[in-house]
Amino acid sequence: MAVDGNLNMIGYGLAAIGPGIGIGLIFAAYINGVARQPEAQSRLQTIAILGFALAEALAIIGIALAFVL
Amino acid sequence: MSVNVLAATEDPYIPGPSSFDLPPIFGQGTIVTKPMVQIVLFAVLAFAFLYFASRKRALVPGRLQYVGEAGYGFVRNSLGRDIIGSHDFQKFVPYLVSMFFLLLFNNWAAAIPFIQFPTFSRAGLVYGLAAISWLVYNYVGIRKHGLGGYLKLQCMPSGVTGPILLLIVPLEFFSNIVVRPVTLALRLFCNMFAGHLLLILFAMGGYWLIFQSGVLGYVPVGILAWVLFTAIFFLELLIQFLQAYVFTLLNAMYIAGALADEH
Repeated sequence: MAVDGNLNMIGYGLAAIGPGIGIGLIFAAYINGVARQPEAQSRLQTIAILGFALAEALAIIGIALAFVL
Repeated sequence: MSVNVLAATEDPYIPGPSSFDLPPIFGQGTIVTKPMVQIVLFAVLAFAFLYFASRKRALVPGRLQYVGEAGYGFVRNSLGRDIIGSHDFQKFVPYLVSMFFLLLFNNWAAAIPFIQFPTFSRAGLVYGLAAISWLVYNYVGIRKHGLGGYLKLQCMPSGVTGPILLLIVPLEFFSNIVVRPVTLALRLFCNMFAGHLLLILFAMGGYWLIFQSGVLGYVPVGILAWVLFTAIFFLELLIQFLQAYVFTLLNAMYIAGALADEH
């Protein structure tokens, strides 16, 4: 069996650390906010998901480039 | 780079981007492929679901009507009213609801046995949706503020003056007008693509370890791969819903941004 690898994927793994930390921070802040003020959940949820989507975009662009380059 | 790991009895199926290049359905020479059929099929199904859910309109809702109303209310309230604002969200509700249900049905197609292919893991279809979104939010913005006013709204953040504008204006133009539809499309496409690829990888990896590797010690690892496959499948169900939600949410945010009054 021949395992074909590509160094791009290691690069992508390294690049995914950043968005991973970012998403963690966003949801940590969201959970903190809801724990302090449960009635603000619906407002915070939209903001948290938006922030998550924006941070995730970096990881997503990374995986697109990992396949393309 | 290739490494010889061990001599196998059979060549494994190696998942990759080529796993998404499906052959035409009706044989060589025709152009209709599975994703094309799927997007039409699930658009019709989404329409049928909303149509039959809203046909009776009983005061005490039946099961189908209840689900339809819950879904419609979710999009209308959490995406329309809360983000675009209670003043002029009404006319965007049909657009947001149809966008959300089209995405949701097509994303969940990846979880239906024998279909099991996320329609939007083909980039072309997603670019089409992003183009619609781009046209909509630019159109409503230009219609409300005029071309000059709209460009000023999108490219000049309030409170910024002086030479820094030389830097800010091109950047904001690039980010708000040019790149937005691309990231919008890439987010959906890559999530569906990567999720499906991960599922193929675990399924085929487990299959190879159990049946094709010819090494008895690999069988438990293969079974573990299949257990993980099941877990990731449920994670994917969540992600498929979340991506439909995020895509519609960002659509609503862009419309809200284009409609915003100048500060």
